[in-house]
Amino acid sequence: MIKKTFALALVGTALGATAAYGQDATLTIESWRNDDLSLWQEQIIPAFEAEHPGISVVFAPTAPTEYNAALNSKLEAGSAGDLITCRPFDASLALYDAGHLAGLDDIEAMSNFSDVAKSAWQTDDGSVTFCVPMASVIHGFIYNADAFAELGLEVPTTEDEFFAVLDAIKEDGSYIPMAMGTNDQWEAATMGYNNIGPNYWNGEEGRLALIAGEQSLTDEAWVAPYATLARWGEYLGDGFEAQTYPDSQNIFTLGRAAIYPAGSWEIAGFNSLADFEMGAFKPPVRSAGDTCYISDHTDIGIGMNAATDNPEAARTFLAWVASPEFASIFGNALPGFFPLSDAPVTLEDPLAQEFIGWRAECESTIRSTYQILSRGTPNLENETWGASVAAIRGTATPEELGAQLQEGLESWYEPQQ
Amino acid sequence: MTKRRFPWHIVVFMAPAFLVYTAVMIFPLFNTLRLALFTEIEQTRVFVGLQNFQTLFFDPIWSEQFWNALANNFWFFIIHMLVQNPIGIALAAMLSHPRLRFAALYRSAIFIPTILSFVIVGFAWKLILSPIWGIAPSMLDAIGLKSLFAPWLGREGSALTTLSLISVWQFVGIPMMLIYASLISIPEEILEASEVDGITGMSAFWKIKLPLILPSIGIISILTFVGNFNAFDLIYVAQGALAGPDFSTDILGTFMYRTFFGFQLQLGDPHMGSAIAGAMFAIILVGVCIYLFGIQTRLRRYQF
Repeated sequence: MIKKTFALALVGTALGATAAYGQDATLTIESWRNDDLSLWQEQIIPAFEAEHPGISVVFAPTAPTEYNAALNSKLEAGSAGDLITCRPFDASLALYDAGHLAGLDDIEAMSNFSDVAKSAWQTDDGSVTFCVPMASVIHGFIYNADAFAELGLEVPTTEDEFFAVLDAIKEDGSYIPMAMGTNDQWEAATMGYNNIGPNYWNGEEGRLALIAGEQSLTDEAWVAPYATLARWGEYLGDGFEAQTYPDSQNIFTLGRAAIYPAGSWEIAGFNSLADFEMGAFKPPVRSAGDTCYISDHTDIGIGMNAATDNPEAARTFLAWVASPEFASIFGNALPGFFPLSDAPVTLEDPLAQEFIGWRAECESTIRSTYQILSRGTPNLENETWGASVAAIRGTATPEELGAQLQEGLESWYEPQQ
Repeated sequence: MTKRRFPWHIVVFMAPAFLVYTAVMIFPLFNTLRLALFTEIEQTRVFVGLQNFQTLFFDPIWSEQFWNALANNFWFFIIHMLVQNPIGIALAAMLSHPRLRFAALYRSAIFIPTILSFVIVGFAWKLILSPIWGIAPSMLDAIGLKSLFAPWLGREGSALTTLSLISVWQFVGIPMMLIYASLISIPEEILEASEVDGITGMSAFWKIKLPLILPSIGIISILTFVGNFNAFDLIYVAQGALAGPDFSTDILGTFMYRTFFGFQLQLGDPHMGSAIAGAMFAIILVGVCIYLFGIQTRLRRYQF
């Protein structure tokens, strides 16, 4: 009896839904970005609907921690929305492999994106792209401009200058040179190793060579960043070993530290907390004149549910997401999350504009451990956290760390064997 | 001659408890043990027998983590046994002293941390011990001992011991209450008789009271053992799932959680996770059996 009622209810909902689709198309977006609800409802969706009468869009986010599980069960049950916000790398790849996401290479506007931007939502061989890249985060260093002015410091561009600046701040003594702790571990890898590393392994060139098995983690390019990180230890504040991520954020925004190894996602929060001028500089190059590389890490994409009833409307929406107009709305509304399209975008937030400006000067890459290399056990990303912390604390030599990571990777990743 | 009726009422009254217990305890337990015998190959579940356990104990990558977690877990347990339980007994002995004033106040104050959530305890102690905002460094500074302060939670050598002591602080109320209860149930006549024989003060505690509360101490030890080997929350709250620094605070609970549910880019592996859960179950079972058959049967009990 209960089953029957339930089945009836299901049929009822399905009929109701079909009726609604009859006239105009309604697209529902699945997302974990519930923080962005008002942005979508007040800016993005009205802008789209004004241009495309007949298509209405509903943004239906779930809590971030529940998103993957909820989305999977909705897709299995056939009740998921038409458009799916894509997590980067393996989570979305699994959805494509299971036939839940449609290939999108035939959308013309996809050519607005670079290969790096698309790499998070492609099959391993790069033949099919299944999500439109929406946003990335860029790594670099945010500094207290007032403190720099007070101490008469210039923004460093090379590594020697960088350490000279740190020495000068340390000598003066009124600021902690750099705000970062090793208690939570991930900052050391994300804002440390993968922030400065691309300058060593030449960005994409090294990252792809590592995936192909042509380079190994014991090579100089992959070990040297640990040697540099080892020098950071003395410039972090007292007791950095037990300093957490929120501690570091607070130390910097309270004006007690001069430099903060950052990801661009900090911008909005720092703008509201810090009452001093802030600036940003990109990871210093090893010697003057070198090509600079930045970690421009793909974070959010959007794809189409393969089982949608409105494939045409969904494609129209995705093509619009790939357009410069969307990029401009999105980039300005969420400073620190940068649109990935090649079309130049001007951002009103000076700090965010500084970050995105580096794209013109430097080569972009993504974090080295995210694509393919963290599928096995031991997990390379997690191992890199521990290794970066060990480097900063000086508990292991860079060579030991490289050998240890390589051994772990070799144990399951064939191209490295 | 009437045939005795089958006692249906017993079945009926036991059924709810039995069903609930089976559904939420017995079934998941056996299903977890069953899950440990499978693995996933190309998205289908395959029976592999004891292969997961073989990986866990003999594969260098897994076994290193497992033995590290197990050794840390033993250290966690030893600290509780050496610090928490003696302090609990001492506190109970002092509280049961008839001339102690404000006993009820002390009793509640010491017991209150036990009812606090792990999240609050972990967070509060992280703040207290924080080298940046914590009151521990400034308090030590006030008495001129600043040089003794170190970022204890961030150092490999001290993090686990620090966390164990935090846990001791939280749970010292439990042995105290149990021992206190058995101390005050010792009849006055026995104590008076011993006084007549000239046993007073400290020796009354060692010679009369302690032997009488030994069974309670045994129960507390086994509760501590089970609790410590199932521990997870405090480590997770204070140090995260990677149990840093460099896995120095990793215990079986955090190792199991990380493996079962995955972490960051590491995907969850329910089968290996179940194997670890199975190993935890076996360790606890062995420990409890040693206690039940090796120790409890030898303890002498006294009827008052």
